[in-house]
Amino acid sequence: MPFKLDIVGETGLQFYGKMSASMSHEIKNVLSVIQEHAGLLEDFAVMAKQGGAIEPQRVSTLTTKIQGQIERANGIVKGMNQLAHSVDEPVKSLDLGQTLTLLVALSQRFASVRGVRLEPTLPSNAVTVTSSPFILQNLAWLCLDFAMQVAGNGKVVRLSVQPAGQGAQLKFSQLEGLGDKPAETFPGEQEKALLQALNAEVEMRIGEIVVTLPGDPTR
Amino acid sequence: MKVLLVDDEDELVSALAERLSYRGIDATWVNNCLDAQALAELNDYDLAVLDVKMPKMSGLELKRRLQEKRPAMKFIFVTGHGSEDDFKEASAEEGTYYLVKPINIEVLVARMKEVLAK
Repeated sequence: MPFKLDIVGETGLQFYGKMSASMSHEIKNVLSVIQEHAGLLEDFAVMAKQGGAIEPQRVSTLTTKIQGQIERANGIVKGMNQLAHSVDEPVKSLDLGQTLTLLVALSQRFASVRGVRLEPTLPSNAVTVTSSPFILQNLAWLCLDFAMQVAGNGKVVRLSVQPAGQGAQLKFSQLEGLGDKPAETFPGEQEKALLQALNAEVEMRIGEIVVTLPGDPTR
Repeated sequence: MKVLLVDDEDELVSALAERLSYRGIDATWVNNCLDAQALAELNDYDLAVLDVKMPKMSGLELKRRLQEKRPAMKFIFVTGHGSEDDFKEASAEEGTYYLVKPINIEVLVARMKEVLAK
């Protein structure tokens, strides 16, 4: 290969690819559900043509379910769109509550497959920092990915954001598998590179991971 | 034909079971691997249709566990991924078929008959 991606770029591509694959899989699931509901409606039509009695309530229930799946797909596409637009500006003022909401939306499938429940707590007032939207989202995902690995028997990850001085903190807590011993695999080279790019710090405490972000890393 | 359907998408698997019943197939559905194993203890299914990616346990692992209880049971895998790796992993095991979501029910029924005829 005549060129080499830097670690931040390579990590970002991996993150984007992983999220795109997950969300496209979710959309396929939604399409499959809609297909089966539409198929049932078709079956009812065939039965009706043959003189069978079809309950209007069943048709109504199916159409409501189809609408629900369309809402679900809309939410997935909204998440994809937000992630795609996170590269529009290298640095901007960010509402961390929105970052957290998008992180949870992107990660639900991964959490579900691992049997982990995500419990986000959104701040009552906006918590803002000036940072790179995409790199921050990437770092938050890597932290959550590790947090899910060390969620322990409780299988719960609590997520929250709070102001901290001029900046803010992103917290992953109730990690029953994260004791007082330092984690050997976290932060790894990828996380360290992203932390450096954001001028951020990560602190490992008993049962929690805390990422501290500066208010404006350019100052 | 007695069939067990396992997929964590409740709405999908329940609708599929109903549609199969209209085609003369006795289909039971569950949305998790634990219930699937419990049902297989009690019932002698001819065939299981398994989602590849499910919470806590993959469809491939579930297949291995069901086969321990019911060695004669046949399998069809379904997945939304459609990746080459999934296909190779599932089709590498003898006597299995692999369908990509969304599934055409007539294709599924044809595959079921084919698998059971072997």
